[in-house]
Amino acid sequence: MATAAAQQTARTQLGTGRDGTVGTVGTTDADDALARAFDAAVAADERIEPRDWMPDAYRATLVRQIAQHAHSEIIGMQPEANWITRAPSLRRKAILMAKVQDEAGHGLYLYSAAETLGTGRDELLDKLHSGRQKYSSIFNYPTLTWADVGAIGWLVDGAAITNQVPLCRCSYGPYARAMVRICKEESFHQRQGYELLLALSKGTPEQHAMAQDAVDRWWWPSLMMFGPPDDESSHSAQSMAWKIKRHSNDELRQRFVDICVPQAESLGLTLPDPDLRWNEERGHHDFGAIDWTEFREVLKGNGPCNEQRITQRKRAHDEGAWVREAAAAHAAKHTTGAPQA
Amino acid sequence: MTAPSTDTPAVSAALALGDDALVLSHRLGEWMGHAPVLEEEVALANIALDLLGQARVLLSMAGDEDELAYLREERAFRNLQLVEQPNGDFAHTIARQLYFSTYQHLLYARLAAGDGPFAPLAAKAVKETAYHRDHAEQWTVRLGDGTEESRTRMNRACAALWRFTGEMFQPVEGVDVDGAALEAEWLASVADVLRRATLDLPEGPRSGAWTAGAGRQGLHTESFGRMLAEMQHLHRSHPGASW
Repeated sequence: MATAAAQQTARTQLGTGRDGTVGTVGTTDADDALARAFDAAVAADERIEPRDWMPDAYRATLVRQIAQHAHSEIIGMQPEANWITRAPSLRRKAILMAKVQDEAGHGLYLYSAAETLGTGRDELLDKLHSGRQKYSSIFNYPTLTWADVGAIGWLVDGAAITNQVPLCRCSYGPYARAMVRICKEESFHQRQGYELLLALSKGTPEQHAMAQDAVDRWWWPSLMMFGPPDDESSHSAQSMAWKIKRHSNDELRQRFVDICVPQAESLGLTLPDPDLRWNEERGHHDFGAIDWTEFREVLKGNGPCNEQRITQRKRAHDEGAWVREAAAAHAAKHTTGAPQA
Repeated sequence: MTAPSTDTPAVSAALALGDDALVLSHRLGEWMGHAPVLEEEVALANIALDLLGQARVLLSMAGDEDELAYLREERAFRNLQLVEQPNGDFAHTIARQLYFSTYQHLLYARLAAGDGPFAPLAAKAVKETAYHRDHAEQWTVRLGDGTEESRTRMNRACAALWRFTGEMFQPVEGVDVDGAALEAEWLASVADVLRRATLDLPEGPRSGAWTAGAGRQGLHTESFGRMLAEMQHLHRSHPGASW
């Protein structure tokens, strides 16, 4: 297993722990000392770096989370790319192309961050294609009108930012640094999405209706992006203890709702929740119950586009195999020959 | 609307060069989410964005960019037939890029050196097209001198698109360059890349009764109308709306 191999490599390379502990490979005492050093580093809000010792489960959790994050960027290109060839103005087309390009770039940063944990991009893509690793449930919904591009920018990127800004302080250095770069670009996309919806909302009655319809369809799936409620979230407690996560799913979801309500008002659009209202006592908005059955079905692969998204991803990969083989063959021919004087 | 009624040489030229960039950008945009590796998602999108940027400047020199892009019929477009050709496989896309970006780079280098209306645009575009050309040349060499399959595909693609390359050197009203010299330089460059890629220099004609200069006159190939239908559909469904 790649993670175990990497673990071994990390220990061998370690030599001396961050607190000066001598890391003698293979002894229990040394492992205990390494574990204590790790815990102390996390407690002191220090960053864990690729060559540092880390618990196997910490490594595995990070690989799972970063890979899922990378996969989401890559699959997330599809619902938006669906509208590139139909964008209604050249300015909007340029913005959308730049955004989808950024997402491919984010996927690249994140696969690189995952690789520092001893896995490889090919292995991760293979797990995505075979369904052993997941991507965000949101991208299993279809983009049916141009306004969906705006709703994705405003709501989906908005939810992603709410989730991801705290990750800029994640205990694992390479992930935290990738998130700093990604969050800057995501905030830009979110503002562009908002501005797109605003133009529609203030446009013709047909455009306004298109914007409202998109928000109606994307609102609840966006709230689901924060994951299951706290009492059903299997990874949360440990991730918070390790400072991979900084806030619970429900806290972040609440924060997102509180941000969106006034934005929807200034957009001149409504949110599709009759139970949504300000709660003076809590200082937060109350909101209606999420349909967790739908969420679980989408996660199980039964959402509207699960099949289509994975099929397209695999097709791109399979049809590109000869290109990757050609590049590898060419590189081999031109790097292993006799040295050129 | 058909072609702008106030056709001056500068407008004709801006439309011809702008349509080339617009249409090729659109074709490259179709790759997004389908590229063979993530790095190519980024690279193809990058080239598409550069071209779209050029198209917007050029079309704005001829009129309103969105009216020109979204409300002209197929017969009023002035792009080369080469750039409207469907993507095909990756080799086909790369062959189209090789032929066109070599032409565009050589053309913009000349326009940037002059003092005509396109000199400011060309000064920026020459840097972008140098990158596009390098990308296409590197992939041509990789695919040509890669595996047996990639060489076969690349040879096939280069041959299939060859007949559309003569049109690039037909005179365009308002574009003040020496077409014959441009063509000679283009041929030498492409032949050198194909040689380094261990590929065959295609032997067929580079122009025929239909392909010679036809795109520039608004005579296009059949897939182009379908491409425009997709590109223009939403804009045309909401007359007068702004986005």
